[in-house]
Amino acid sequence: MSEIHLKSLAHSYDKTASGSQVYALREMNHVWEQGGAYALLGPSGCGKSTLLNIISGLLTPSSGEVRFDGKVVNHLSPQERNIAQVFQFPVIYDSMTVFDNLAFPLRNMKMAEAKVISRVHDIANILELHPLLKRKARNLTADEKQKVSMGRGLVRDDVSAILFDEPLTVIDPQLKWKLRRKLKQIHEQFELTMIYVTHDQLEASTFADKIAVMYDGKIVQFGTPRELFENPKHTFVGYFIGSPGMNLFSVQRTEGGVRFADVSIPLETSKQKLLDDLPQTNIKIGIRPEFIHVWNKPTTDAFECQVQHIEDLGTYKILTLTLGEHTIKARLGEDHLPPEQVAYISFPEQWLKLYVDEYLVEDTMLDSDITITHGEQSITQKHISTEVNRHA
Amino acid sequence: MSLSLESVDSVVNGNLHLSQINLSLQPGSFNVLLGRTLAGKTSLMRMMAGLDRPTSGRVLMDGADVTGIPVQKRNISMVYQQFINYPNLTVRENIASPLRLAKTNAAEVEKRVLETADMLQITPFLDSYPLALSGGQQQRTAMARALVKDASVILFDEPLVNLDYKLREELRSELRELFKIRNAIAVYATTEPNEALALGGTTTLLHEGKIIQTGPSAQVYREPANVIAADLFSEPPINLISGQVKDNEVIFGESVHFPLNQDLRNLTNGGYQFGVRPSHIGLVPHNDDDLELSMKVELAEISGSETFLHLTSPQFNLVVQLSGVHAYHTDAAIKVYLPIHKLFVFNLDGDMVQSPFALVNA
Repeated sequence: MSEIHLKSLAHSYDKTASGSQVYALREMNHVWEQGGAYALLGPSGCGKSTLLNIISGLLTPSSGEVRFDGKVVNHLSPQERNIAQVFQFPVIYDSMTVFDNLAFPLRNMKMAEAKVISRVHDIANILELHPLLKRKARNLTADEKQKVSMGRGLVRDDVSAILFDEPLTVIDPQLKWKLRRKLKQIHEQFELTMIYVTHDQLEASTFADKIAVMYDGKIVQFGTPRELFENPKHTFVGYFIGSPGMNLFSVQRTEGGVRFADVSIPLETSKQKLLDDLPQTNIKIGIRPEFIHVWNKPTTDAFECQVQHIEDLGTYKILTLTLGEHTIKARLGEDHLPPEQVAYISFPEQWLKLYVDEYLVEDTMLDSDITITHGEQSITQKHISTEVNRHA
Repeated sequence: MSLSLESVDSVVNGNLHLSQINLSLQPGSFNVLLGRTLAGKTSLMRMMAGLDRPTSGRVLMDGADVTGIPVQKRNISMVYQQFINYPNLTVRENIASPLRLAKTNAAEVEKRVLETADMLQITPFLDSYPLALSGGQQQRTAMARALVKDASVILFDEPLVNLDYKLREELRSELRELFKIRNAIAVYATTEPNEALALGGTTTLLHEGKIIQTGPSAQVYREPANVIAADLFSEPPINLISGQVKDNEVIFGESVHFPLNQDLRNLTNGGYQFGVRPSHIGLVPHNDDDLELSMKVELAEISGSETFLHLTSPQFNLVVQLSGVHAYHTDAAIKVYLPIHKLFVFNLDGDMVQSPFALVNA
């Protein structure tokens, strides 16, 4: 197990690179701690595969260092780095039995056969492959083959790290959660450093303790699933995490706050102070649909909006509202009777985020306050003026 | 133009693909076909298109029998899950191709191509070739080709399945907007309950080649006719618990008892299946008669803004859907609260005996 340190790392596929736009990876410093369960999350083209290939040793970075436990490994092959990888599609030997497939990486390193047998049985047990051990791999279903492929990645206990590249793509939807559980159990049991690459927020958030969100060649936030949801540090994280994503509006500075169109939004004094110290003009505010308060009647500090559309998704409703020229999405619980034409909305200060040049501006003192005050309840709690009686 | 199917059966190599399909689709309607893989969605669409002939039964357009009329002679477009475009034609010519085939005059072609490209936000790519575009742009091109001619029926066979979820979100709401102003019949096949709800319109549930239920999407979701409908139209799957009603008590499994009162008081003695939606179970009680259950966490799946808890107990398993991000260790002990008044009750044949939604409206 190793700590993986990326030091001033950058990569361009164009050797004569000069402008920053040709960089697939922009200069970054990042540490994957030993034994952590991590995900690398981003849309296609964000650079996550480039980064994965640099960590594994399939690709040499054009600048910077990759260090495993402090040692520079830039020019070491994947074998020399002792990295195990599980790919999107199963990589197994069809003509071998499941047992021999699992034993292959161990026999390769000349492990004593008795130890090979015990190790293979351990892994087969965890992945529920025991009944299949004597079967030829070619006769397995796609799910089973991928489990064997995972088993081959997990069977060695001496690897520096295990890298997963969208490993559940071929798995039947109904079985996916079971394999997600297996992976978590394996991580908890073996304390391996695991990095899981995916474009799917569910895969990333379920597997990882901490997620690196990549966008445009950069890691724009490295945080827990909860931090990504509740406190996105970059507008892209706000947009990409959650469904629908965060509402984001370009705003102008004004006395005591910001405004867009003819809507003035006051800011807390602390936020206002932070903003006053910054010269930039690219200012946005963001709030997640889940955190907007929706009222059916005029209320202090609430903005009047037109209701454009109500999407009934069964367990909740998505309201599409217009405020000035802006479209706003708000989410309401199943039992809440939505306003029909006019809605009044307010933005709780705690959940109204301020972004300058796309990055979150926050008071670190305030941040710790938030962590203390929000219980599980306040995340989901909605204030609504109409109480719905189920027998009404 | 209306489209109806009457008693349509399809048997292929001795396998029953469709059985006794009766459907009537009105102009301007948005119709979702919801079912698992191999439920018969694609077979049904092929019948509608005229790509396949039913083994028995009739297909009618505006009341006229078109059962034997091939796809070329029906005014139909289709969009598939694979991004199908002509690789050697520009996006402009791809979109124009159905119009050129119909010998539409050049000025009209140009006008319609621009309108359609604009609607699908691919105008900047009109002179590019499809393979130079992203998956989302390629599928927009395929959709534009289907929408550019005034087809009376437009069939979508899981068109968004190969796109990532952010693109799906966008294209889905665009599609819904597009069809608000068209008078065509849209038919949209999907395996995803949430997609059916998001698209709205009418949902037809297909299972093993048969229609299980048809109706306005949200209504079918709230009042499933039977266990199969409830299960098909629920993601994560609806929780089903076997239970008994005996001596004014409900018994789940063996050891969970609660009094038969309020909403359930009309149930007679005997065995039932009780259904509860994952989103209706909570971490705190909301009503005095909520049933407290002690369970163990198998896995907390987190979707970014929601958490799905997979729970287990010696009696039964449950899935709970929570808003927000909640981290749990595997095997952690947990108490959850099940609202009795939100229970669906099915008899042992799987038919609905009582739905919580019906009570609200009673």
